[in-house]
Parts: sequence; structure tokens; C-alpha cells
Amino acid sequence: MAAEKVKLLGFWISPFSRRVEWALKMKGVEYDYVEEDVYKSKSSLLLQLNPVYKKVPVLVHDGKAIAESLIILEYIDETWKQNPLLPEDPHQRALARFWAKFSHEVWEIAFNAMCSTGEEKQKLVEQCIEALEKMEEGLFKGKQILTGGEGSNIGYLELSVGWIAHWLPVIQDVGSMQILDPLRFPATVEWINWFLSHSLITDNLPPKDRMLVFLPQRREEVASTGLGWVKF
Amino acid sequence: MAEEVKLFGACGSPFSSRIQVALKLKGISYEYIEEDLTNKSPLLLKYNPIHKKIPVLLHNGKSIVESLVILEYIDETWKANPILPEDPYDRATARFWAKYIDEKCVAAAGKAFWAKEKEREKAVEEAWDCLKTLEGALKDKKFAGGETLGLVDIAANFIAFWLRSFQEIFGVELLTEEKFPDLFKWSEEYVEHPIIKEYLPSRDELIVFLNKRLQNLK
Repeated sequence: MAAEKVKLLGFWISPFSRRVEWALKMKGVEYDYVEEDVYKSKSSLLLQLNPVYKKVPVLVHDGKAIAESLIILEYIDETWKQNPLLPEDPHQRALARFWAKFSHEVWEIAFNAMCSTGEEKQKLVEQCIEALEKMEEGLFKGKQILTGGEGSNIGYLELSVGWIAHWLPVIQDVGSMQILDPLRFPATVEWINWFLSHSLITDNLPPKDRMLVFLPQRREEVASTGLGWVKF
Repeated sequence: MAEEVKLFGACGSPFSSRIQVALKLKGISYEYIEEDLTNKSPLLLKYNPIHKKIPVLLHNGKSIVESLVILEYIDETWKANPILPEDPYDRATARFWAKYIDEKCVAAAGKAFWAKEKEREKAVEEAWDCLKTLEGALKDKKFAGGETLGLVDIAANFIAFWLRSFQEIFGVELLTEEKFPDLFKWSEEYVEHPIIKEYLPSRDELIVFLNKRLQNLK
């Protein structure tokens, strides 16, 4: 497959565009990466390809655009059959989709907790911890992490919850929050270490020092607009 | 092979209705269990401990939750009358619009209906934006319509019936013939589809459902 047939519009710090890159690399699919500076100025290409949400990531394949990272992951899995991302069994697939969606809700809570202050922040931190506890018990502890199948041990679900491994610790720091306590989340932390032992992942992460500069700026922007809840 | 299929639902819920439509479409026999959402059964709490919500599909003892996840599960398990197309791009498109309906439209409509006086205007405009986008999708043939019901058609039950019913009950005009002629026309035809029609609540049932929701919110 020629590289120019696959293009990915992404943003360096976005965990959503990163997970698409991980998937493409896992499948050995070559692609052109286009960096979109989504907060400064969105390109006309992005607005044309994703008019509904105007967001990244957007995957372009054979001239067709696919948006929404989890939907892109399924598209990738259905288009390139090597190294399957989703298991074959329908119930296992349903579980993977369920936890991917749940993990996204946790992301939103964590990010918004980072941007808020005082009592509201406290409330959101507690919500975040509660949600993570459900993942600790229901997902990481029982090793229910479902892999794509033989030969591949990182799949759709791992790619979907992977933000926890790298982004959550930084969000915690920037928001001065205590969320991922190793004593409270031993299975989660064990999984994080396993996930980060893969060079395919660690070679493709946004640098923490850049994140630590960017996220506080983002938090200021969110606070100043007073728009409240940031939806992803 | 004896298949045990059970559906925990609630009369009046669009999400529950979606699953009944899909099961009927595929000709699957199942036991329906009506849940009182103000007094949830121990079984519901057992099979959906995280969200404690309906619908929950139980198939041979395994539970599946979240209506769109359940619809995909049904499609992958029972192959008659496919809900999703075969082509990966078409599948992605269907998933995109089903998600848009649930994450944007249902939320925007809810906001508009429940909004306090001073927030209402803005909430209504946001809901109109969603409907405008949906009308565009309809014109681009993103909803299958007609005889076959696809994922987006099934998910759009909220728009065609519930949204229109709620706007009457709440007195908040969202989907009008004047503003969205194509979407309006589509919704009129939609609710006459024999399978859809079978699983739409009556006005009285809808009011009971809304009252229970109100109770839960308090």
C-alpha cells in the first residue's frame, strides 16, 4: 500500500491521535502525518474533512475521511487484517467497546478536574478516583484486558485505555491532584508498567516536558473562557 | 442449540426500544423484563453494576450493556438482516452518525428541554445546530431509511419519536416542519414503519416514563 494513500491529521499532545498512530504502526501501515495546530488555527483541510466536529484525529484513506478515534481504530482493524486489534468473540468485543467508552469518560473527568478549582475540583477528583476504582476492579485486576489475538498483545482496548499510562500522571501534576495512588491501584499501575514496556508505545509519546508547559496554558485558557465542562 | 436471550428494558426508553427493534428485525426470541427505574431489580444491578442502567442484554448468561454496543453485538451474533453494512468505510460512517445522535443530539435536546428559563435560548440553538447537521446527513443518505433498518435508523428513533413527543410535552419547539422539512418528513414516515411502530410507547406510557426520570433526578 503506497504511503500517500493513508494520511493522518493529528495533534502532538492528543492521546486520541496518538492511539491511531499506535494502531497504524502495529499494523505496519505507512502513513503521512499532518500536524494540526488545533488551538491556534485549524487548517481548511481539517475543516473540510471533519466538518461536524472540526477535530483531530482524522484518518484519510483512498480519499475518504474517517473521524472519531475509536471509530478509526475499528476501521483500521477491518481494513488491514494483520495483527487484529479486536478479539473475534462478539462478547469480548462488546466488553472492549464498553471499557473503551468508559475510559473516555474517565479522561473527561480527569481533564476537567485539572482545569477546575476548589470544591468543584475536589468533587471531580473523587469522581475520577471512583471511576478508576471500577477499572481497577473490573478490568485491570481480572486481567480482562482483551488483546487482539495470537501474536499481538496490544489491541483496541489497550490502545483505548493507554492514555492512563502517560497522560494521567501529567494531568495529575498539572492539576496538583492525587489520583493514581499505587497502593490503591496496584493492578492499574502494573498494567501501566507493562504497557510502557513496549517500544512501539514509548517511541511514540508526546514529551512530558512539553506537556508540562502546554497543559497549564490550556488550563488557563479553559478557566478564562468560563465555558465550564470541556467535552472531548 | 438453546439460546437464552433476555432483555432488561423500560417502556418509554428509546434505548430499550432500539434493542427490541433489532431483536425483532433479526427474528430473535427473547424474554423481556420490564424494569421499574425508580426501584431497580437486584438482577439489573448484578448485570450492569457499573452504570445500573437499562437496556441490558443477557445472552447465555453473559451481559452486554450500552445500547449501541448491544446493537453491534446483536449484529455480530445473529447474521440475518444485517444492521451494519459490509464495507469498512460505510461501517465507520454508520458508527459516526449513531454516535453523533447519542452524544450530541440526545444531550442537546435534553439540555433544551430541562433548561432553566435564562439558559433555554442558547440550549435550543445548540439543539437546532444538531438537527441541522442531521438534516444534512439525511440529505447525504446517511440514514438508510425505507425498508431496511440500519444502525443509524435504529439509533435515530430518539429524533423521530421521542424528541418530537418531548417537544410537545415540554412546549419547546425543536424539530419543526418549517425549520427542518426533510428531517420532519423523514420522522413522519419513520414512526409508521411496522417494526419501529410496534415498540413505540403510547403518550401515557411516555408521561409515566418521564415522571419516573424526574423522580430519579430529584
